[in-house]
Amino acid sequence: MAGLRIIVLAKQVPDTRNVGKDAMKADGTVNRAVLPAIFNPEDLNALEQALRLKDKYPGTIITLLTMGPGRAAEIIREALYRGADNGYLLTDRAFAGSDTLATSYALSMAIKSIGTCDLIICGRQAIDGDTAQVGPQVAEKLNLAQITYAEEILHAENKKVTVKRRLDRGIEVVEGSIPAVITVNSSAPECRPRNAKLTMKFKHAKTITERQELTDDYIAIYNIRPYLNIKEISAAEINADSKWLGLTGSPTKVKKIENVVFQAKESKALTASDMDIDWLMKDLIINHTIG
Amino acid sequence: MANFWTDNKELQFQLQHPLMKKIVALKERNFSEKDKYEHSPIDFEDAVDSYDKVLEIVGDICGEIIAPNAADIDIEGPHLVNNEVIYAKGTKENYDALVQAGLMGITLPRKYNGLNFPIVPYVMAADMVSRADAGFVNIWGLQDCAETINEFADDDQKMRYLTRVSGGETCAMDLTEPDAGSDLQRVQLKATYNEADKKWYLNGVKRFITNGDAHISLVLARSEDGSQDGRGLSMFIYDRNSQAMIVRRIENKMGIKGSPTCELVFKNAPAELVGQRKLGLIKYVMALMNGARLGIAAQSVGLSEAAYRESLAYAIDREQFGKPIIKFPAVYEMLTNMKAKLDASRALLYETSRFVDVYKAYMHIADERKLTKEEQDDMKFYSKLADAYTPLAKGLSSEYCNQLAYDAVQIHGGSGFMKDYPVERIYRDARITSIYEGTTQLQVVAAIRAVTTHTYLKHIRDCYEKEQVKPELESLKRSLVEMTDDYEKVVNKVIEIKDNDFIDFHARRMVEMAGNIIMGHLLVIDANKEDMFTRSAEVFIKMGKSENKAKADFISNSTVDDLGKYKMELN
Repeated sequence: MAGLRIIVLAKQVPDTRNVGKDAMKADGTVNRAVLPAIFNPEDLNALEQALRLKDKYPGTIITLLTMGPGRAAEIIREALYRGADNGYLLTDRAFAGSDTLATSYALSMAIKSIGTCDLIICGRQAIDGDTAQVGPQVAEKLNLAQITYAEEILHAENKKVTVKRRLDRGIEVVEGSIPAVITVNSSAPECRPRNAKLTMKFKHAKTITERQELTDDYIAIYNIRPYLNIKEISAAEINADSKWLGLTGSPTKVKKIENVVFQAKESKALTASDMDIDWLMKDLIINHTIG
Repeated sequence: MANFWTDNKELQFQLQHPLMKKIVALKERNFSEKDKYEHSPIDFEDAVDSYDKVLEIVGDICGEIIAPNAADIDIEGPHLVNNEVIYAKGTKENYDALVQAGLMGITLPRKYNGLNFPIVPYVMAADMVSRADAGFVNIWGLQDCAETINEFADDDQKMRYLTRVSGGETCAMDLTEPDAGSDLQRVQLKATYNEADKKWYLNGVKRFITNGDAHISLVLARSEDGSQDGRGLSMFIYDRNSQAMIVRRIENKMGIKGSPTCELVFKNAPAELVGQRKLGLIKYVMALMNGARLGIAAQSVGLSEAAYRESLAYAIDREQFGKPIIKFPAVYEMLTNMKAKLDASRALLYETSRFVDVYKAYMHIADERKLTKEEQDDMKFYSKLADAYTPLAKGLSSEYCNQLAYDAVQIHGGSGFMKDYPVERIYRDARITSIYEGTTQLQVVAAIRAVTTHTYLKHIRDCYEKEQVKPELESLKRSLVEMTDDYEKVVNKVIEIKDNDFIDFHARRMVEMAGNIIMGHLLVIDANKEDMFTRSAEVFIKMGKSENKAKADFISNSTVDDLGKYKMELN
């Protein structure tokens, strides 16, 4: 079968996995200034699934789409270094303050403007919001089938995609029609390392805004090597309706953020006796920790 | 997120050496491939930036994949199934990650799908891979063999085999036999030319072959029937696809257990001659060995790095008598000496790599066009230094890595003797470095010529002593000049006696004296640019000075007659 056209949705997020004591501001919001900006981990799992499809179906073209500020171009380069073919940075002041609804609207409009595709693959959720809403919302807005919690995309042939899903109680293999939106779990294989040649090929890849800030002598290469132009697209270019964008388009309002600290005083000491183990199991089932 | 490149400023520093500009310009033929290949550099800065970015990938794979796999590979090891080698699970994971990242054929030309990197960044990668797992670096580092094919094979062979190496196929160098170890002139594996199909066939046994079941093997064999010495040996390529060689056993080793050391049996195995007949040992193996020795020097420095880091972390963490053990003079002295030896051997490793880089680049250019007179002289200058420095770097860095591994276990105390900490494995892995690819004793045999012909002395005087340094480093430099005067006196005294046994008897002492002076100078030059090396320069020169005094004293007080006190008579 011919190659697939795949769009991978990815987000640049603050690295909240190894947080120091200054990671949170006094008001309880994330202090983005001290946390390194990284490729959202589950989006890397999604990219790996796309790359495996490309290995399997030669001729496949992978496009990375990210919405964010100018610096988010970095994750497009990260994807190019690993085997993605091109990338779009969806960036506009109008997107500022977007919740999941406004984000999925902007992404779906951008996908429409990029053109037809067979699969849209993204991570299950981003580590800064943990909502797991954007992927499904994009599917709804594009009126496409969606397969969530994917661990492995097994085949994508004859207008059908077969996916292994990782669920709480086990695994499930499902089939869906193409085009489809697939969200990938962290239990999926980790993304491959950067490739040396691709890294050297794409290290100068820049958006138009980044190129304007360049002071070195490499400006001329953008004419000779057109693949080094990372496309930047604005709200106007995707024909987005401003009332669905940014703060205006975001019904979600954060009411309060609390730091939850678990108190040791609630702990119970158990012995290794059958009775205590039995008691623990029952307690865990009653409070729905397990079962 | 461990990254063995970004966490190692001492290693990164070596990429900024001024000679890199010359090396890169030669290697890139003045950046003539920039319009031909998308990944070619545009200029010097672009090239070094590419090395840096690719080494960051290596560092990431080392920290995230190779190092975490090392302990399991050490236990599992490779297995022999139906006379074929099956790697440990982690070994395969490591290798696949490096292949996927395009880190094979690093130094090969782009037309063979290589990265066309100089030796320096390749050695840096080996340095990091060794720190992560010294057993694994052998398998990956055997891509060195491709360099020999690139230097001596014909164009057709290069196109067929080198692209396979770049694509991720493994290599082996099959030299040693049961009765031909250090003395390779005694190789017996027979190569016979069949007039009927115009092909060479190999028959015989090879032993102690690292990664013996590789896809592509370079085999040293006796092609001249009836010959007895090295001039009857030629070099062949054996392709695993021929299925005419079996692995009879995998050795059970003390260390580097993930690296399969094989005994091979060739039965009418078809092979291709490399280059000319009869030059196998005298020309091609020498080139192959020089590359391999640089590889072992890199392996040694990487192991030293691992030993030092494990020890430092443990000494900070471990408390006795109410405080961390790093607070005790006996412990911090050991650690500081370890760091000084690590920095010194690394400085020597990259100095050597730069010399090899310049001369090899000229050698390849000479295949394309005639070198100018100046270029020829320059090539001669650097090839002489490369020959003098390679055995020095291999010999000294492997001895240091054993010393560091010993001290690392010592700092860990009883815990270091247990398999609970990586130093136990590091200690075992280190032991082979001063043995294979020529024992330290054989490195001394190769290096002593540079002592007696004053190659080291001349370079110290003409080059290192002329380097301008900051006033605060002047006293260190004065110490080195004094050490050099003493060294010269002692060497001349030994030469004047005109007795080869006497020279051999003191050879190691004199080579080590030269090494102490050279490494001392390199550390001062580095400290002049970066303060982080000042401490190691001070400590190393203090140590080297007292060592050299003791050696000079021993040599000065010995006569040819003393040899009789050591000689063992066989009845």
